[in-house]
Amino acid sequence: MLGIMAALALAVALPFVVSGYRVFQFTMVLDYAIAVFGANILTGYNGQIALGNGAFYAIGAYTVAILMTHAGMPYWATIPIAAGTCFVAGFLFGLPALRLEGPYLALTTFALAVATPQLLKYHGIESWTGGVQGILFDKPDAPAGVPLNSDQFLYLFCLFVTVIMFVLGANLLRGRTGRAIIAIRDNPTAAAGMGIDTSLYKSLTFGVSALFTGVAGALGAIVTQFVSPDSFTLFLSISFIVGVVIGGVATVSGAFFGALFVEFVPNYADQISKAAPWAIYGALLIAFMYAMPTGVVGLLRLIVRRIDPQWAIRKDAGKQ
Amino acid sequence: MTGATGNSGAPLLAIGELSVRFGGIVALNGVSFEVPRGQICGLIGPNGAGKTTLFNCLSRLYQPDGGTITFDGKDLLGLPRHKMAALGIGRTFQNLALFRTMSVRDNIMVGGHSTIRGGFVANSLRLPLVAREEAKLSARVAELIAALDLDGVADQPVQGLTFAVQKRVELARALACEPKLLLLDEPAGGLNHEEVEKLRELIGALRDRYGLTVLLVEHHMNLVMRVSDKVVALDFGRKIADGTPAEVQNAPDVIKAYLGASA
Repeated sequence: MLGIMAALALAVALPFVVSGYRVFQFTMVLDYAIAVFGANILTGYNGQIALGNGAFYAIGAYTVAILMTHAGMPYWATIPIAAGTCFVAGFLFGLPALRLEGPYLALTTFALAVATPQLLKYHGIESWTGGVQGILFDKPDAPAGVPLNSDQFLYLFCLFVTVIMFVLGANLLRGRTGRAIIAIRDNPTAAAGMGIDTSLYKSLTFGVSALFTGVAGALGAIVTQFVSPDSFTLFLSISFIVGVVIGGVATVSGAFFGALFVEFVPNYADQISKAAPWAIYGALLIAFMYAMPTGVVGLLRLIVRRIDPQWAIRKDAGKQ
Repeated sequence: MTGATGNSGAPLLAIGELSVRFGGIVALNGVSFEVPRGQICGLIGPNGAGKTTLFNCLSRLYQPDGGTITFDGKDLLGLPRHKMAALGIGRTFQNLALFRTMSVRDNIMVGGHSTIRGGFVANSLRLPLVAREEAKLSARVAELIAALDLDGVADQPVQGLTFAVQKRVELARALACEPKLLLLDEPAGGLNHEEVEKLRELIGALRDRYGLTVLLVEHHMNLVMRVSDKVVALDFGRKIADGTPAEVQNAPDVIKAYLGASA
């Protein structure tokens, strides 16, 4: 609890100590953290491999762009609508996905991610989506009288939404629903034997994952004030899974470490070698996996246990 | 007929003319028997006799090709798999089927899933209902942990515990749904002599304490004959004997099935 408070204090102070572009980058870290958490709920906790969450990120982003430009809605009001739309889309996609396990499910979600950019370019919906051009809209300003520049304001707005999403998600993952979600991953037959409606739970978890990813997409659109089909490539979907694995599979706080990797490592790779940034990126990814096979959070837990072997036991006792 | 807690004469479980085929193989062929309330019923038979198939019909993993299963006056075959726990049927698995990454306590908490309320919305928002229901289940799980002597390992992950301890965790998990009927699939499998003796006492004690009816599939003849009020014997998917342990032990068909005496 103390750690969370300290991290939150640091996060609130951040936009006042770093430069404008850095503020934007950290805003994107928060945004990706929500998306990585969403992917982790589905893949890490529930065991359904999701390679297509970029599609829900796109739906969230386009929902915001369309509602802001066509319906004139304020940016903040579009987020719940994006969340709801993505939940329904994820739940419906989750229903047929129930029949698929492991690599078959992974390929189906992969297909979703591959198809999304092209579907967004479709002529019939061009008047809504702006076709290949996408949609450009105005940057939201801080409310009148708030002494923040718009970058700082957007960062703090994203932080606010991030805190809400992580509280909701962490709550979901403990207690009755969380145990059921994990039990299905560990042993679906036994889970059904314990009275868990595994089909319903898996579909709902798919919906929740899509909802988180959609909220991230919505925030991403608000922060960049631009959506276009080519922003939502397959690579984006894969990045979320990279974030899950780097941060720590089936951990809550891992999402932030995963998001830092997703946001910053491609930039650093680019600085190291303009000629072959992706080779550097790949090498860094392998180095991370080699050094931390259980992700950043796995490594941190290992270190804490090495220093204080009683920590885990006390922590568990505190939960009771 | 000891320890009968039933409040009516109707059997808790009635299986009628149950048949299951896998392709050309007849796994169960018109099997009928009843399990009276409060009794411990042993289900025996050589390998491939159809015992586990019957168990899987009871927990709705298999859909039989014919026949009926009536539990507490309700037709089981019309209900989905996940309704069994809420109806009052708890089970253990032949080869352990625990949730390996979870602690002993959480495994047992999952066993009580159907006894408490609270879905995705209530849990995400941590509504007051959630804390109440969690407290209710936690208290019951703590009681089961004590009853099955799991206090020392309650907050350890199940993977890494000894086989005998994991079996007790499964038993506690099966009891967490507050079952009327407990299905035990080879509870003695993999246990040593001493552990089997303890298991025998435990099954009887749990039956009396929680007013259970028990159906157990078991190869360990000594255990079955001493713990059961009633024994049903299967061979090649047919029922070959049904009665008290002494009656079944001496039935010619049972002796033939086990010892292979020529007809």
